[in-house]
Amino acid sequence: MTIKAITALLLGSSVLGFAGAAAAQDATLTIESWRNDDLAIWQEKLIPAFEAKNPGIKVVFSPSAPTEYNAALNAKLDAGSAGDLITCRPFDASLELFNKGHLADLTDLSGIENFSDVAKSAWTTDDGKSTFCVPMASVIHGFIYNQDAFEQLGITPPTTEEEFFAVLDKIKEDGTYIPMAMGTKDLWEAATMGYQNIGPTYWHGEEGRLALIKGEQKLTDPEWVEPFATLAKWKDYLGDGFEAQSYPDSQNLFTLGRAAIFPAGSWEISVFNTQADFKMGAFAPPVRKAGDTCYISDHNDIGIGLNAKSANAEAARTFLTWVASPEFATIYANALPGFFSLSSTPVEMEDPLAKEFVSWREKCEPTIRSTYQILSRGTPNLENETWVKSANVINGTETPEAAAAELQKGLDSWYKPAK
Amino acid sequence: MATRIKKPFRWHILVFLAPAVFVYTAVMILPLFGTLQLSLFRNAGGEQAFVGIENFRALLTDPRWSASFWNALGNNVWFFVVHMLVQNPIGILLAALLSHPKLRFSAFYRAAIFIPTILSFVIVGFAWKLILSPLWGVAPNLLDLVGLKSLFTPWLGKAEYALTTLSLISVWQFVGIPMMLIYAALLAIPDEILEAAECDGITGMAQFWKIKLPLILPSIGIISVLTFVGNFNAFDLIYSAQGALAGPNFSTDILGTFLYRTFFGFQLQLGDPHMGATIASMMFFIILAGVCLYLFAIQTRLRRYQF
Repeated sequence: MTIKAITALLLGSSVLGFAGAAAAQDATLTIESWRNDDLAIWQEKLIPAFEAKNPGIKVVFSPSAPTEYNAALNAKLDAGSAGDLITCRPFDASLELFNKGHLADLTDLSGIENFSDVAKSAWTTDDGKSTFCVPMASVIHGFIYNQDAFEQLGITPPTTEEEFFAVLDKIKEDGTYIPMAMGTKDLWEAATMGYQNIGPTYWHGEEGRLALIKGEQKLTDPEWVEPFATLAKWKDYLGDGFEAQSYPDSQNLFTLGRAAIFPAGSWEISVFNTQADFKMGAFAPPVRKAGDTCYISDHNDIGIGLNAKSANAEAARTFLTWVASPEFATIYANALPGFFSLSSTPVEMEDPLAKEFVSWREKCEPTIRSTYQILSRGTPNLENETWVKSANVINGTETPEAAAAELQKGLDSWYKPAK
Repeated sequence: MATRIKKPFRWHILVFLAPAVFVYTAVMILPLFGTLQLSLFRNAGGEQAFVGIENFRALLTDPRWSASFWNALGNNVWFFVVHMLVQNPIGILLAALLSHPKLRFSAFYRAAIFIPTILSFVIVGFAWKLILSPLWGVAPNLLDLVGLKSLFTPWLGKAEYALTTLSLISVWQFVGIPMMLIYAALLAIPDEILEAAECDGITGMAQFWKIKLPLILPSIGIISVLTFVGNFNAFDLIYSAQGALAGPNFSTDILGTFLYRTFFGFQLQLGDPHMGATIASMMFFIILAGVCLYLFAIQTRLRRYQF
């Protein structure tokens, strides 16, 4: 049974790899992507805007299903039938393509200077020398709240941790709303919306993340254990039976108006806008003491790179320069509220919630999720372990110290930081 | 003088066997050996290197791998034990009730109990997740109606209950299979034997224990083997209800989900076909050992009755 299933899957994925490559003409660029949700935005907004400015270059957006994308793309690249432009997953998946020579070096692309080092970190070699994808969008973490509920209870969005728990206590005391909509069943909610959301405040964003990679800090240091200790306190403010509450359950709890606060990623914005019929606001992860610098997780999610074997490399570079321009950023960020441009030039956005999220970039220090770069290359996988441990800590089945010690032990078993 | 007439070679036998042999070899035998072969190699710097049984040694002795492996195996054993203790006795009981000549609507009960078996795992997993959901599920309300609300906990989210809950969901789904097989075996018992038993004064429960049960023992043996193979190959229900990380805290991780995570990778974890194949091979050996044990140690000792 098992073996049969594996064979079927392997056969299936290799066959799928050969479907759908469009025949390339002189200046027709094909974009490989997993974002089939975005097909309409590309066809109706982005591509016409580019083609109007660059006559003679035609662009075709040809997405495949997200779960098949990596396998299909690898097969196409090996067969030489992949499109000219490749949408890049963040970190190791794309780095591997670059190391195999499938992606061209874009370090000298004009327009790439519009991005900060943090923005480029997901598509840069470990030594920081070569960049191989143009960053397209990131997602920001924070808390979305039910503004009507806050007004009704007479509370204002908290800025410090003390205020945050005071607000939660007040909502709990009133009893009309579940203070916070989050469950631990799907594990990743606890890690992504919990640990990676509030954590950067404790480990000081990039400073701590890079120190961890260099081996100067350990996950057992107070900076990395304290976020777990705070998460453990969340337990009392979650809904009944949160241990079996899945991610869609949490979303529904919030959009139905039954919960007051949702620990969120900005990708929720467009979903919530269509589903919730109350006013929503957002606040950044609270700082520990008033006056502290705030840190946010501004995590790179999508980039776009150049197929090293593309026959239209010149035209493709023109396109990538356009992707790096503020014009692209404005169209993209407004069409997909919650997916923010990584460009250093601020982008004008219309959605108030998205605006609130992106405004934190000005006053807070951005960082990316601590487990994504380099640290999740080995087995046991740090990201996956963090999911499990964060859920354990919130469930109260493991102490913050024990969880952190386990994580560090797992990391030590394969990761030797460069001296 | 009798001359031996040489029989012509019967080619048609080969021709008729060929499609089945070919298809079975292509989709079962070759992949099986492919997997076994894959488990003897390791990816070292882009090259496949032969490492012998090194992968198996790592799986069984490396502290990280072995912890996951023994956890998955232990959970799998518990999954099997629940099926043997709950599914099969209930299946036999239902079959005994159904075969009772005075039971009315037996065809209806038979169909109703069997229907979950033909449902997809994904539907079963999803439906039960909803039923047991602390937010929208009917389970808390139903318990409330009978005043037992205090018994409700988010079963699928608690490490100590999740695996047993999932085992019972699987039992609910598959109880129809032992029921049907035993039912068929019970119907096959000739009436003369039962009448003879009645003449000797063996009726009711005694008749079941002393006459029917020994006659259906071979069927129970077959069901046990089917349950064993099915449980150690299980994957779908856990995956659809708990996801590939088989939470909370790997408490519902069985060999199938462990294999899936390792072979195909998950989220940031890249797939490792060699370790994955090693786990698949271990599953194969475990099932092989279990089936052999049954065939040689148990089945040969079962007494068969000729009618």
